[in-house]
Parts: sequence; C-alpha cells; structure tokens
Amino acid sequence: MTEKYNLPDERGHFGPYGGMFVAETLIPPIQELNAAYQQYLNDPEFIAELDADLKYYVGRPSPLYHAERWSRELGGAQIYLKREDLNHTGAHKINNTVGQALLAKRMGKTRIIAETGAGQHGVATATVAARLGLECVIYMGAVDVVRQSLNVYRMKLLGAKVVAVESGSKTLKDALNEALRDWVTNVDNTFYIIGTVAGPHPYPAMVRDFQAIIGREAKQQCLEQVGRLPDALVACVGGGSNAIGLFYPFIDDASVKLIGVEAAGDGVETGRHSAPLCAGRPGVLHGNRTYLMEDDDGEIIETHSISAGLDYPGVGPEHAWLKDTGRAEYVNITDTEALEGFHALTRMEGIIPALESSHAMAYTMKLAPIMNKDEVIIVSLSGRGDKDMQTMAQREGIEL
Amino acid sequence: MSRLTATFEALAQSGRKALIPFITAGDPNPDFTLPMMHAMVEAGADVIELGVPFSDPMADGPVIQRASERALAHKMSLRRVLAIATEFRKSNQHTPVVLMGYVNPIEAMGYEDFSNAAQRAEIDGVLTVDLPIEEAAQNIALLKARAVDPIFLLAPNSTDERIKMMGTAGSGYLYYVSLKGVTGAGHLDVDDVEAKLSQIRANTSLPVAIGFGVKDAQTAKTVSGLGDGVVVGSALISKIEANLDDLERAKSEIVELLTSMRQAMDS
Repeated sequence: MTEKYNLPDERGHFGPYGGMFVAETLIPPIQELNAAYQQYLNDPEFIAELDADLKYYVGRPSPLYHAERWSRELGGAQIYLKREDLNHTGAHKINNTVGQALLAKRMGKTRIIAETGAGQHGVATATVAARLGLECVIYMGAVDVVRQSLNVYRMKLLGAKVVAVESGSKTLKDALNEALRDWVTNVDNTFYIIGTVAGPHPYPAMVRDFQAIIGREAKQQCLEQVGRLPDALVACVGGGSNAIGLFYPFIDDASVKLIGVEAAGDGVETGRHSAPLCAGRPGVLHGNRTYLMEDDDGEIIETHSISAGLDYPGVGPEHAWLKDTGRAEYVNITDTEALEGFHALTRMEGIIPALESSHAMAYTMKLAPIMNKDEVIIVSLSGRGDKDMQTMAQREGIEL
Repeated sequence: MSRLTATFEALAQSGRKALIPFITAGDPNPDFTLPMMHAMVEAGADVIELGVPFSDPMADGPVIQRASERALAHKMSLRRVLAIATEFRKSNQHTPVVLMGYVNPIEAMGYEDFSNAAQRAEIDGVLTVDLPIEEAAQNIALLKARAVDPIFLLAPNSTDERIKMMGTAGSGYLYYVSLKGVTGAGHLDVDDVEAKLSQIRANTSLPVAIGFGVKDAQTAKTVSGLGDGVVVGSALISKIEANLDDLERAKSEIVELLTSMRQAMDS
C-alpha cells in the first residue's frame, strides 16, 4: 500500500461496505453519537480519563507472552500471545465498554443497553454500568442464555437486567435486533453499547478505535521484546472486534500478514457454520453492508459454532473490505479443530483459552509449523476459558 | 401521473383521507394474501401496503415479527410477493400497491433486477425501512426511472433538513411514523402528531400518511384529520394471529375493522 490507510469515509463506508442502514428514527441518535465521538476522540481530557481507566481498572497493558514451549513443540515460528484474557472481566470486550461508557456519561445518557452472545460483552457492559451507577439492560438470545448461564448470573450480580430474546433463531443476531428495537423506543435517555465492529456508522469505526489498543501495545511490545515487527497476526473473527483491534495498527505495515479465523462449525461444506467471509456474500444487516450468511432470497440463515461469541451471520464491514482488497486473509476452523487448540494451549502453556480464541490457537497450530523458527506470529488470546467450562464438560461427557 | 399521486389527488378533491392497510404477504399462508387484498379494497382501502417478510425485522414490534415468521415458514420471498402483486393487478387496475420491507432481500435480488421486476408487477411504491436517504441514491434513481415511487419514513425526531431531503427524493407520499418505537407499540399522542405535521407541511408538499399506534376507528378518524392518510398494520395482523384456526373469521374481522375506520374517517 502506497497511501496511508484512512477508512472509513465520512459516512462510514469501507469501499462498498459499512454505511448507515437504519430506520429513520435512529438517524438522529446515530448522528448525535457520531458528533460526540468525533469531538471526544481528540479531546485530551477524555483520552486521559480513558487511558487511566484502561490502566487502573482494566489492568492494561496486557502482556505479550512468548509461548516458548508450544512454539518448540510445533517446531516452527515463535508464537507470542497477546493476553487479552488477563483483562478485568476476562476478555478484550472491556476495552470497548470502558470507552463507550465514558462517552455515554459525557452525553448525559442514564441508561445503557447492549446485546451479547457468549455473554462476555454483556458482562463487560454490566461491569462498567455498575461502576458508573447507570441502569443496564442486556439482550441475549434465549439459546445463549442457556449455554452461557454462568455469564447470565454474573450480569445479574452486577445489577443488570438480562432479557432472554425468544424471536428468530434466539441467538446473537436476534439479541441485536431486540437491542435496536429498545434503542428506537428509548433514544432520548439510552446509550446502546454495541460490542463488536458491526452496526451502523460510527460503531464499526468507534469500536475499532477503542479496541486498537490491542494492536498498538502488541506492536510496541514486539519491537521491545523481539526487536522487529511480527511476520503474521492471527485472531478469531465473529463480529471481528478483537481481530480488527489487533490488525488495525499494522494495516500500513505491508510485511505483516493479517489472518482472521472464522468459525467453520461442523465444516464449511456442511452449511452449518459461522463463516460469512469464507462462504457468504455481501448484503445488509444490522445497519451495515458486509458479508452475510443468507439464502438466495436474502433471508438470514442460522449459524452454528461451538462458541457462542462467534455464532453470528455477519462480520464487521472493515473485515469485508480487508478481504476484498487482499490486505487480510480469512480462514476457518471447525469446532473439532478449535477443541484441539483449546487443549493444546491448556496443556502446553497452562493457559485455558476461551472457545472463541481457541479458533485462533487451532489455526496457529497449522501455521506455525510451516514457518521458519526465526519468524514471529502474534496470536490474539482474546478471552479466557472459564466461561466455557460447562460447554466443555458437557461436550466431553463429564458431570460437574 | 403515478397511481399513488392520482389517488391522493382524487381523495383531496373529494375531501377524503386515504385508508392504507398493511398486511405481511404470506401471513399466515401464501393463499390468504390475494383474496385479503381484494377484500380490503372492498372495505374501503385506498392504498395497500404489502409487507415483504424478512428474517430480521429490526424496526418491527412482536406482532409484525411473528407475521414475518409465519410467512417465512411458508417460504414467502420477495419474488413471491411480486407474483402476488402481479395477480392482484390483473383484476384491480386502480388501487396502488406499495411494498414495504427491509433492504437485504432487494440487495440479494440486485437493485436493477428488483426495479425491473417491480415495474413488471406494476408496483406503485417501494418503502425500504432500513435504507435511509443517505444510502438510497441508486435505488431512488432506478425506481423513478421506472415510474415507481420511492416512499420514505419520517420520524418524530426528523429535522427540517431531513424532511426537505425526503420530500425532494421521495414521491407518492411520505409515511410519518408517529412514535419513537417499533410497529404496534403504545398509543400516539395527538398533540405531538399535530405539531409535527405542521413542521412537515412547512417543508414538503407531498401527501403525508400517518402510522404506528392506529388501532381503532376513533384513532383512525382523529389521525387522518391531521394528515392525508392513515396506515393501519399491527391491529389488522392481530386479527390474523387471534384466528389462526379460522382464517375466514380473521378475514371478516379485518374487513369489519377497516369498514368501521372508513366510516369514521368519512363521517
């Protein structure tokens, strides 16, 4: 790339992707949000408060950890893990909720809503709402409420109201629909904290900017610890917030390969997966144009993944653009492969990853061996696996 | 002159307001829709809004969501909705039909293919809930070139500037969503609607239909007095939902409600 990467445009477009596809009632609040975001993005006082929260409340910077034993075992590239699992609440999601909550406070909003899939974003939202004393309502698909009951309990402890969404496929996409309906109804006092780089503009850009701390730190840490830039970055992609957070500060560094890992579920060829970039086509959902899992008539189809956090039929519009331009590569990992990644990291390094992050681990197991020993991969360890103990035990026939 | 413009002009000349029922095509099954459309015309409908079901109707309340789910269970699709409209037009050349739905089924078909198909089916207007004017340029141009009116939504929080933009880009009529919220929600506040309508009138000369929260004859009369027409949707679909085991009864209850609205509006 000769020109510096500078997307999205003013109306939130990444090439043909992104944009602002919402009903008229939501246009004014989105414009209000965008204006506030543009204002505070460059406000030294806001930035200072955000930095302090990230340091003292979230626990940043998160370490860049050299997984020496695992690297040796795989016999190829040196693997470095960006330890987002060590953040407060156990995943990268809080980087974004801390930022949006500060924005909500400055905009004078008294009520916070959010959607959640695995529950990590819901927990991260309930956490910041508790800290700021704001009313908090979390929408969660009824199916996810069952498979992530631990996180439901955490959200309730934090004072949030958790609404089980019974419409459609009862998963993340339906939770997003319901949160949008709430927002349309309560626009005056409500701030909608979207958890991923989806939704209408400015969300994809704003969430990316809050998550870009991952990549900025990783870049600096890699230069300090290794003495040069990494050769490849690997991150799982559902909506794609941890991936874009890691990738974004490296987009202009052409020597760094960017690899996003989608959830292949039972296998892309079975149709039971959550891999729109690998096997979907462009369309419009939840306020933006991006790759979607849909049928020939444009109806959104049900997705499948062992990890609730990747179980989403769309993907951030910036990933769609990075795919089309060839700047990033998108691959996929099945449920079974992800479980191998889960066990490998747990046994080799004593780190239990979230099932979402396990997809990135599984792809790393394929990639590292075909790279040289002096090459470096940074893998986003986006969350820890505590929340997945029930799912894992059930899958392996163990009663807790 | 488009069928919609002619309809609103004729109504204005006779001092009447447009009664615009909305039903979701294919709800509760594909065979129900066509006879229901004809029956609604007989009951006094001036324009029919035909909902195109979508898997993720994010601006709709539970009643229309469930209508979409029932229709999709029968594999209703944009193509099949166009086929129903084509059938309707064979025996009714005067009642405008407006498709109302979400943009993704149109994206999937392709904007140009869709506009051609809409023209062939003699669709009069297209209202795409999640295609705001900022994203609509291509769609507006394609539809207008085929004499299909692009219909836009106005909301309680729409500014003068946006009303002007939509008044210019849209044609046929504008649909004023009288509540911040989803379809079928709450009750509208007549004073609020009245104040907003004077702001809208100051910024556009297009006819304005008012919807969201119109449940009975009295509300229809009051609301129609404020604008040029009234849209009723969830109240009709509730009749279908309440009579899924007796669709003849659903049909007669819809006809009854529309008839009472028509009488109240004309009295």
